[in-house]
Amino acid sequence: MAKITYIEHNGKEHYVDAAPGDTVMSAAIDNLVPGIDADCGGACSCGTCHVFVDEAWLDKVGPPGEFEEPMLDLNPDRAANSRLSCQIDVNQELDGLVVRLPEFQF
Amino acid sequence: MTTATRPNTERQNRSLVGRDPWSIPLDEIDLAHPGIWQANEFLPFMARMRRDAPVHYCPNSAVGPYWSVMKYQDIMTVEAAPHIYSSEPTIGIVDVLPEYSLPMFIAMDPPKHDEQRKTVQGVVAPANLKNLEGLIRQRVGAILDSLPVGETFNWVDLVSRELTTQMLATLFDFPFEERHKLPYWSDVATAIPGAGVVDSYEESLQILQECLARFSELWRERAAKPPGNDLISMLAHGESTRNMPPREFLGNLILLIVGGNDTTRNSITGGVLALNENPDQYQKLRENPALIPSMVSEIIRWQTPLAYMRRTAKCHTELNGQKIRQGDKVLLWYASGNRDGDAIENPDSFIIDRPRARQHLSFGFGIHRCMGNRLAEMQLRILWEEILKRFHTVEVTGEPTRIYSSFVKGYTELPVRLHPL
Repeated sequence: MAKITYIEHNGKEHYVDAAPGDTVMSAAIDNLVPGIDADCGGACSCGTCHVFVDEAWLDKVGPPGEFEEPMLDLNPDRAANSRLSCQIDVNQELDGLVVRLPEFQF
Repeated sequence: MTTATRPNTERQNRSLVGRDPWSIPLDEIDLAHPGIWQANEFLPFMARMRRDAPVHYCPNSAVGPYWSVMKYQDIMTVEAAPHIYSSEPTIGIVDVLPEYSLPMFIAMDPPKHDEQRKTVQGVVAPANLKNLEGLIRQRVGAILDSLPVGETFNWVDLVSRELTTQMLATLFDFPFEERHKLPYWSDVATAIPGAGVVDSYEESLQILQECLARFSELWRERAAKPPGNDLISMLAHGESTRNMPPREFLGNLILLIVGGNDTTRNSITGGVLALNENPDQYQKLRENPALIPSMVSEIIRWQTPLAYMRRTAKCHTELNGQKIRQGDKVLLWYASGNRDGDAIENPDSFIIDRPRARQHLSFGFGIHRCMGNRLAEMQLRILWEEILKRFHTVEVTGEPTRIYSSFVKGYTELPVRLHPL
């Protein structure tokens, strides 16, 4: 199990116990964390599961992948720590991960 | 394209109207022929193709051979591979001579697509839309309050068309009293010459020059003022757009006008029709208006305002067992993927509180995913919130008239009568 903290734009925190096999997106959807739409269901094709990875976790989470980069790049809110949460696979290494949610998904 | 109601004889002869979808030889199915779309007979043909030929080859159509991709997952596969399936030269089935086509980013591949899209998408991003919500609600309310209660009228003209026209005028901060030019230019830009709107591509380009002239005037006005929230001001002040060549400016204007016009217009109409055909869902909505956001997604799936998008294979490739050759036209039938039971549970039922309602194909996916999707959803949401405050029922009193197009899935007429609360 890996504990993930999602912080909504209004500051509200949600804690989820995720398991290997989950993604940071699917763990949020399965636990009804608001603020992630995931319109494409995890295919890296819509950009609506955008999260900002806490600076302390950037190294462990890693940079966006080859197909993720162009989707992120089309988002006006994109920042240096932006990731699509459907592309972050949960593993034990990510126990304690903190991600922040944007005000809007687009 | 909305007024393209006079088919030429050759195309009419190839129509599938009245043919039996389950016994017709597969290679005689020409799904892109507009006849079955206007006649509203396309659903069983799509079901047959999903079952028997999910990646289907039509060897002989009025506009040449083409592939049809029918299944949700296969459509996703193509959408995710713009390096194999190009959006150039065009996203409609008909190839148009380069001198008659305008540069617009919907029909561009990366990196140019990305650069151009990024310059304009801010105006339809949620942060900007939030600023517009009050004005949109006020305008929706004014339209609804002006409707004739107790008589039959055409919902398409008085609501769907009027509302989307006003929204476009709002986004461009276009002079409100001139707003009816916008859907006219949209119709001209998408019209097939000879089908009722214009007689030739020369004529349509000439009319679009008037569009360019009017917008260039507005551009100069806005450029001389401090930056504003409207699209023209954003383009006039944007670092990467302020030196845009006129043809490119016109191309992007037309894309925004067309994109914001037919599509939402037809979802506004399609929603009224769907709720009338499913009175239990209409009742569920009256009892629980909190379902509006999920209903909006379901309406957009159900309507699928653009039936397909075309890609062109950049190299030889394979899709679900079929060998596609370089240069082949590939049509992604969103209208079929949205009815694919392998991806969507009970796809042929209209369910306003459907789980995962947002997972539909109507906006497309990947880098070309509809830029205005949040605006479209917001317009529909506000419209239904305001309808429920005023009317018990928007009753459909007769058959809709559908347009002659396999690309724009829409209506010219829907007779309705209002029943106040």
